[in-house]
Amino acid sequence: MLAGYVLRLAGKNMLRHRLRTGLTLAGIAIAIVSFGLLRTVVDSWYAGAELGAAGRLVTRNAASLSFSLPVTYAERIRRAPGVRAVTWASWFGGIYIDEKHFFSQLAVDASSYLNLYPEYLLSPEQSAAFQHDRRGAVVGRKLAAKYGFKIGDTVPLQGTLFPGNWSFVVRGIYRGADDKTDENQFLVHWDYVNETIKNTLPAQAERVGAFIVDIREPTQAAAVSAAIDSSFRNSLAETRTETQKAFQLGFIALVDTILLAIQTVAYVVVLIIMAVMANTMAMAARERTREYATLKALGFRDGFVAMLILGESLSLSLAGGALGILLTYPAANAFHSATRDLFLIFQVQPLTVLLQLAAALLIGVSAALAPMLSSRRVQIVDGLRAVT
Amino acid sequence: MNTGLSFSYVLRNLMARKLTTILTASGMALVVFVFATVLMMAEGLRETLGGTGSYNNVVIIRAGSQTEVQSTLSFDQANLVATLPGLANDGDGQLRLTREVMVLVNMPRKDGKGLANVIVRGTTPVGMRMRPQAKVIAGRAFRPGSSEIMVGAALTRGKLGMALGDSLSFGMRQWTVVGVFDAGHSGFDSEVWGDSGQMLQAFRRNAYSSLVAGLRDAESYADFAAAVARQPQLKVDIKRELNFYADQSENLANFIGVLGKTITVVFSLGAIIGAMITMYASVANRTREIGTLRALGFRRGNIVMAFLQEAMLLGGVAGLAGLFAASFMQLVEISTTNVQTFSEVVFRLRLTLGIAAEVLMFSVLMGVLGGVLPAIRASRLEIVDALRSV
Repeated sequence: MLAGYVLRLAGKNMLRHRLRTGLTLAGIAIAIVSFGLLRTVVDSWYAGAELGAAGRLVTRNAASLSFSLPVTYAERIRRAPGVRAVTWASWFGGIYIDEKHFFSQLAVDASSYLNLYPEYLLSPEQSAAFQHDRRGAVVGRKLAAKYGFKIGDTVPLQGTLFPGNWSFVVRGIYRGADDKTDENQFLVHWDYVNETIKNTLPAQAERVGAFIVDIREPTQAAAVSAAIDSSFRNSLAETRTETQKAFQLGFIALVDTILLAIQTVAYVVVLIIMAVMANTMAMAARERTREYATLKALGFRDGFVAMLILGESLSLSLAGGALGILLTYPAANAFHSATRDLFLIFQVQPLTVLLQLAAALLIGVSAALAPMLSSRRVQIVDGLRAVT
Repeated sequence: MNTGLSFSYVLRNLMARKLTTILTASGMALVVFVFATVLMMAEGLRETLGGTGSYNNVVIIRAGSQTEVQSTLSFDQANLVATLPGLANDGDGQLRLTREVMVLVNMPRKDGKGLANVIVRGTTPVGMRMRPQAKVIAGRAFRPGSSEIMVGAALTRGKLGMALGDSLSFGMRQWTVVGVFDAGHSGFDSEVWGDSGQMLQAFRRNAYSSLVAGLRDAESYADFAAAVARQPQLKVDIKRELNFYADQSENLANFIGVLGKTITVVFSLGAIIGAMITMYASVANRTREIGTLRALGFRRGNIVMAFLQEAMLLGGVAGLAGLFAASFMQLVEISTTNVQTFSEVVFRLRLTLGIAAEVLMFSVLMGVLGGVLPAIRASRLEIVDALRSV
């Protein structure tokens, strides 16, 4: 009963300064949207690592990724207990047109790589065409769309790791089995690269960047990893084997300082809007000092006046918050398409929405605190006499 | 003469509503703080890598390889470069040319979260003389021909926390840290230095990564470049050492800059709205006062200017406060991976006069954007109506 009155009165109060209420609502909505977007950016970054089958391991040189491994390791890895299949890939790192047109290129073992990546869907004809052309390449659907690559196109790449000017012919365009598959890869023949660099860069011939290992039992990942690594211990090139997910998380850990900064900044925007909202409420309360004194004179208790202020503040902040949450979804979609292929998936997590709601609540409560306290302190006589 | 409203009138109006002024200014100050911090980050990174090396040294890497780690130069190529004109001699007649080996080595972080890619540079006594900015501050330099290394001062702080006397294991060997060197907040500060020949052996390499040559004087670059171009078997890219490292900071610095500016622009919308609310209220509360001023003969333009000045002052105060807070961020040191070279780089946030000016201007602009509509509304009030309002 009483709560209903408070709410109705608070709602009426909100409408007294329409411009100010509108501006405050807009401010809160903007803040809640940016808070949600920033959190989603960080989430999506980590979400990229969650992709990929858990049943795969990555074996690379223990010294660091910039060191390669001899391709002969493939046979020894295959013999390790629990291993079903092995393939390998080297980072090609060529430049297409210029450095701004970056996309990842891998030199892979054409005969085995696609078998280990069943989520890359490629028609049998295209697959055969790729196998038969040493200069052939298989391109992900999104990457092909981005640069307009079509079957039969020649793609020139300037080598960085592998010197020289290279050109590859697009022989296949793969689709992802689901929307969590990376459709931005550019795969070329490791054999072709290897043959070519035997002349130009013999030190890097017969060497690969990493082995991808398919294991029979995903639960045995730790044991198989340990078995592989121990068989190369104290050799010229020691290995580090980890699940594909851990491997990708390793990349993310490299830039975790930046992610931490983004997360921190996401909370700063809440602080900013807290100040704006607190200002709005302080103004409203100051203007109504006389009204509050009148209410008290009529016999309403201090608590009622405080509830009135809190009610107005909360309805304003929650309305702005709700608006912000609703706008987060279209904003996230727009952001995702604007950044094109930076993120594989870009989804607003339920936790983010919950945090947005909590932020709106916090903004509302904290903005009401100061006016609530001062309204309690105001004497009826002083309040009635107040000039605003 | 100036017939506008005096500045003290503007100032007092802000002082009259302290709580509102403080709340609005603190919202804007937070935006300024974020903006300044981001600019300082990009600047710090640029300065760290841009201050690495010296103008009269030339870095020579394999054509197209872009970074020293990706580059390989054969012993023959190195010997050929040594015969080219334009290079300087040391005092004792030795050529100022150093054959370097660069590798990325995974080292565990102190917080246990993953591995960092640290640059290990195999260099020579000549190479160390060619980088006088790197001074040993603890222990001593490594002895050539031994498994001794020294580490950059930045690696002893922060995430990696290496210390004198530590033993590091890479390339199937144990290396002893015998010295710490300080290269004046440059990129070298994030590197591990050891003997070039030992690195070749340890990593079973039969090629160098890069050559760094000292030019005789600033003008001999053109001669040297022409001489390199005349040797078709060299197939190398050359760059002045200073530019070489400066270029390696561009991608990350730009990324931080663009990300930060986007965030700041969105955040500033919130702060501008805050300023607008405050200024509208300021106009509404002073309707009669404005009417009186107009009746006294002040023009509409004077009223607009007074309110704009008030908004600008609000922005200026907020800018100063935000900048003051941001100046403490200079104590922060960031350790992250340079995506361009894939290696760990430690840099300190840097506040420059340029950043301070840019940030203050931005803050005043926020004030103006927030104040312009309320100021116009104030100037449009009709004298009679305004005087009659309650």
